[in-house]
Amino acid sequence: MAAAAAEGAPASVQLGPSPLLEVSDLRVTFRTRAASIHAVQGISFSVEPGQTLAIIGESGSGKTVSAQAVMGILPRTATVSGSIRFKGDELVGRSEHELRDYRGRNVAMVFQNPERSLNPTMRIGTQIAEAILSHLKVDRKEAHERAVELLRMVRLQAPERRFYEYPHQLSGGMRQRVMIAIALACGPALLIADEATTALDVTTQAQIMDLLMDLQQQTGTALLMISHDLGLAASYAEEVIVMYAGKVVEQAPTKELFADVRMPYTQALLDAIPRIETEPHVLLPVIGGRPPDLAVIPSGCSFAPRCPAVQDDCREQAPPLRQHEPGRWWACWHPYRKGAPE
Amino acid sequence: MTATAADPASAATSGSDVLLEVRNLVQEFVLRDFGGAKGGVLQAVADVSFDLHVGETLGIVGETGSGKSTLARSVIQAPPPRRGQVIFQGQDLVGLSRGALKSARRNLQMVFQDPFTSLDPRWTVASIVEEPLVAYSEGSRDGRRGRVSELLDLVGLDPIRYGGRHPHELSGGQCQRVAVARALALSPKLILCDEPVSSLDVLVQAQVLNLFEKLREELGLAYLFIAHDLALVKQVSDRVAVMYLGKLCEIGPVRSIFTAPLHPYTLALLNSIPSPDPTVGRRETASVISGELPSPLDPPSGCRFRTRCPRAADRCAAEVPELRTLASGHQVACHFPLSENGAGLVTVAADVGGTTAATTTVAAGSPASANPDSTG
Repeated sequence: MAAAAAEGAPASVQLGPSPLLEVSDLRVTFRTRAASIHAVQGISFSVEPGQTLAIIGESGSGKTVSAQAVMGILPRTATVSGSIRFKGDELVGRSEHELRDYRGRNVAMVFQNPERSLNPTMRIGTQIAEAILSHLKVDRKEAHERAVELLRMVRLQAPERRFYEYPHQLSGGMRQRVMIAIALACGPALLIADEATTALDVTTQAQIMDLLMDLQQQTGTALLMISHDLGLAASYAEEVIVMYAGKVVEQAPTKELFADVRMPYTQALLDAIPRIETEPHVLLPVIGGRPPDLAVIPSGCSFAPRCPAVQDDCREQAPPLRQHEPGRWWACWHPYRKGAPE
Repeated sequence: MTATAADPASAATSGSDVLLEVRNLVQEFVLRDFGGAKGGVLQAVADVSFDLHVGETLGIVGETGSGKSTLARSVIQAPPPRRGQVIFQGQDLVGLSRGALKSARRNLQMVFQDPFTSLDPRWTVASIVEEPLVAYSEGSRDGRRGRVSELLDLVGLDPIRYGGRHPHELSGGQCQRVAVARALALSPKLILCDEPVSSLDVLVQAQVLNLFEKLREELGLAYLFIAHDLALVKQVSDRVAVMYLGKLCEIGPVRSIFTAPLHPYTLALLNSIPSPDPTVGRRETASVISGELPSPLDPPSGCRFRTRCPRAADRCAAEVPELRTLASGHQVACHFPLSENGAGLVTVAADVGGTTAATTTVAAGSPASANPDSTG
């Protein structure tokens, strides 16, 4: 098997000089009366300034919980261990007061449902101005001017008039633009988009993604996309992290990942997507089973029960995430290899 | 009127058995201001006509507010449409009495988007699937039990293991399988699926899509498959209809819609899909349509898409484009369609035009090649 060579590769740690965000061995556990749910089981990644990174996974893979940990907005029932460093400062163990200061200016988040994130009884302009006033030392007039400027930046027509409108007067796409304006209000160095375009139509999604990409070019903000949509990641991210059952199972630069998938789970995800290019009525290759129960940590690879390439050693020992080739990480004993001999 | 019935080419593909004919269907909702004063009329579906043949899958795509779900609900008469005809198995469902509608709807079932809210949480899986049989007084008690086991087997759920469970004990994919089993209980001819897999994760979605495909082949079912995801619709459909703001923009065989779209809106939709293949790259920003969906209370005059259309001209504001046949079985409602080659310049009235258009050579739209492959 070609796998032997990959296993032998040194697991060197290659990080840039000073990553913007450095997450290492992050673990998040939710304690309920019945069990402890291990939502995130030791993940590590870093985001460079201005980079676009996508975290991909299904429901329950831990992608949103990881993002919430980075934002410092996990519920009280969560226990966090490991390290989250932002510009070198450790965030794990900080008080809510300290975290509030860190959010806004350093990191901001755009959520899936703009309806639920906006206050329906407040004018949208006031909501943006409030975000500015709570983090920057400016007076109301300056905050107002900056809010209008932000509305113009997210390409809402007639921003002076829109300032005085309420969320219900806007469409879903326009509300998401307002959310982006609020997120960008204090010029964050990192923007987290958690399924930010999932609730939108495809044409609106394309508009919002193009807007995010343009804003990123202008402001140099790093973007962390959390999504279930591999297509979205392939189109917009520079690097992709694939999560399964609370762990990172594969990480690679986007082009290399999609050209040459190593982890069988990533391949299963890719195979299951209906494509415009394929013929109608062709059955999709599917794998059976369901993601494992997160209350129990399995001894072997958590994907082993569903894996088409499973072998005995997969069930005995969990494969660690290692860098097998420059920039390419995977956690698998028997990875796929395109064009490999045998 | 659409030409699908008159169009010999499309009729030939699926035999001449028309299962469902929708003719000039209009659905409106009156909006009320405070105190009950009439606030406006929202035309959710505006003069839509199409045919669906026995064993055929017609995909309907459109964005939020395009009227695709309202269309499906109008077909099952919940509520009945304001105007137009819904002829199912030769019988117009509009205006039928309660009893007659109930017996007509035996062969017409629906599967909804959210599997959790469409199943009663207090009922067991077996009683949910049995319910339509009870409602139509089908068989004896034991006979019904046997049928329930058969149905659960068919959708890939072990009847002994899952029959006694409640919906909250199942995953989303399993719940959707139960909803499908319930829809199949009375052996319907047609199932209307309204976004049946859009709330499911991609691996589960693929399993449920394959289930639909298997049932289509084994039971000869016809589907009206509504979704916003074009790739998904391509996966399951024989023909595809594209809706925008209550109007049918384009309808045709799946291959010609995807390889040679005629309506600028269809092209914009196709260009908006992020491809999982990064070598395809991001489509040019220019081809993504700009602007917002106009208010359905006050739709634009003429062509409803003209406010966002890159090809819009004066004529588009003045004149409502009628659905006309440009390639065989492929109709478009546009004054300036993307490709006029072949049948193009013969602006034929839709219901007469089938014959001339069908003879022109448009390779992609050839229905002779479009359908037989589906079995292989």
